[in-house]
Amino acid sequence: MLTYLFKRLLEIVPTLLGITLISFFIIHLAPGKPTDIFTELNPRITPEARERLEKLYHLDKPVIVQYGLWIKKLARFDFGESFSSDHRPVIEKIWNSKKPLIERRLFVTFMINFLSMIVILLVALPLGIFSATHQNSLWDKVATTTVFIGFAVPSFWLALLLMILFGVELNWLPISQLKSMGYASLPFWSKVWDLTKHLMLPIFVSAFTGLAFDSRIMRSSMLEVIRQDFVTVARAKGLPERLVIYRHAFRNALLPIITLMGLSVGGLIGGSVIFENIFGIPGMGQLFYWSVMTRDYPTVMGILTIGAFLTLFGNLMADIGYMLADPRIRAK
Amino acid sequence: MERQTLRNLFWKRFRQNRLAVSGGIIVLVLFLTAAAAPLLSPFDPDAIDRHHVLMPPSLHHPLGTDDLGRDVLSRMIWGARISLAVGFVAVGIATAIGMLLGALAGYYGGWTDRMVMRFIDIMLSIPTFFLILAVIAFIGTSVWNIMIVIGLTSWMGVARLVRAEFLSLKEREFVLAARAIGAGDARIIFRHVMINSMAPVIVSAVIGVAGAVLIESALSFLGIGIQPPTPSWGNILSLGKDYIELAWWLSVFPGLAILITVLGYNLLGEGIGDAIDPRLWETERK
Repeated sequence: MLTYLFKRLLEIVPTLLGITLISFFIIHLAPGKPTDIFTELNPRITPEARERLEKLYHLDKPVIVQYGLWIKKLARFDFGESFSSDHRPVIEKIWNSKKPLIERRLFVTFMINFLSMIVILLVALPLGIFSATHQNSLWDKVATTTVFIGFAVPSFWLALLLMILFGVELNWLPISQLKSMGYASLPFWSKVWDLTKHLMLPIFVSAFTGLAFDSRIMRSSMLEVIRQDFVTVARAKGLPERLVIYRHAFRNALLPIITLMGLSVGGLIGGSVIFENIFGIPGMGQLFYWSVMTRDYPTVMGILTIGAFLTLFGNLMADIGYMLADPRIRAK
Repeated sequence: MERQTLRNLFWKRFRQNRLAVSGGIIVLVLFLTAAAAPLLSPFDPDAIDRHHVLMPPSLHHPLGTDDLGRDVLSRMIWGARISLAVGFVAVGIATAIGMLLGALAGYYGGWTDRMVMRFIDIMLSIPTFFLILAVIAFIGTSVWNIMIVIGLTSWMGVARLVRAEFLSLKEREFVLAARAIGAGDARIIFRHVMINSMAPVIVSAVIGVAGAVLIESALSFLGIGIQPPTPSWGNILSLGKDYIELAWWLSVFPGLAILITVLGYNLLGEGIGDAIDPRLWETERK
């Protein structure tokens, strides 16, 4: 198992290099030079100042040297300085260690994605199992239809509808930001409640699509497993149905879900641009959107790379989870 | 004769599947709407009417008007063209790349296979939506750019499918027979193996159109997709967000159109898959 893990870790290296290569060359897709944004905004900039800027970002050197320099900094988690007017280091914008956790963008995005994954698991697994054990019943059909519609609902539309319903019409939930105005002066539990209220809609929206998909997979995986011989054996030796399903069948049916969870990390992170934008949540996705709009290249490259790191990390976790769950692989 | 009966069998199975048929009808209606947009739309989609701004649905404007007094129904009918074009061109590009790379990887194996699989891993590790957003924002938001970028970032599933098909098909007798009579690699790949691996590719392409439609609308919603005044369902929704407290109809109707369209492609895709091979959809979809 350790050898496998080691090989798996080794495989990540070329993938990482490929990711940085793609992130890096994306900014060279743009017509003109990255520093044009400064010069466009400030027509009075002198050619000397322009040259100084180009030197600062090594734009005077060949592309391949620029890439090398960027990688060198990247290895120290230094993503360079933002092009925006505050000129702060990119890493500080994403992970400001001087601020409380909840005000660090990477943490906010990670927290929402993590929570929505938990919601997905808590709802999708029981739903999938129920559909499989009651195949073709009325509830199975209702669940299947809901799932099909769930696939098709654009998440940003769902977000808008929920905002109109709960925020504008009923006025039950706040529709933007992560905290209310007077958050800082609230006692601890009121703070928690305030956060919960702000997070409810975003988490629901980001979990919705995954929920449909995972419960569908859980259903088909469960259907496959309960037809296998060992389940019949478990029944034949007189085990109660509950044990047959939850101890014997469930564990085996869970394997594809583990892989799927790992693979869905990239989609969840990518989706955070959409819901953070709609709900005005100060996370990494919102920063990415702003950076893209203002052509803040170092920040864009930084977030692309971090997003890819997180996705790889998710895949690795899924592989490890798979090994722990499947004794056949553990034994190797 | 054999071919004819297979086709009959396909149609028979497809027609019996009510969901698949309704998916097909949705897609057909979408095509017709897009084709007949100038005839169907009651107003000029770009006609600004300052006296009827943000009007709720009425007999005159069945789906209301937007912030410039343009008729929402007409804009949505014209938006169907964009949605259709982006969906099909993007998936065409993705399928072509996926088939080519998948075929090379599966047929040649070894280094080619390792390189292709590594490339797929890399593409899958970058959060796709981040990538699309950045590239389109940098190179510009023309319709063609959007189609091409969506296509270039969504071929990985097809490549994997085709590779798996090639791995299992390339050792079969008909390939050996073709090689025995002197067929070259290119001929075997394209004339023999590719034809036999088309079934899952068609299914994933039809379902892929749904994905492309969703991505385009999300991009337009964020303001990085189809730019006004060209109407697209996503950019009408984006107005819906701006006027969320004033005009619910700007949010509800275009979203519904996206939902039904995506549902249609999904049902059609699964229906085709079921009709070709009833076991396909339970096992082939990851």
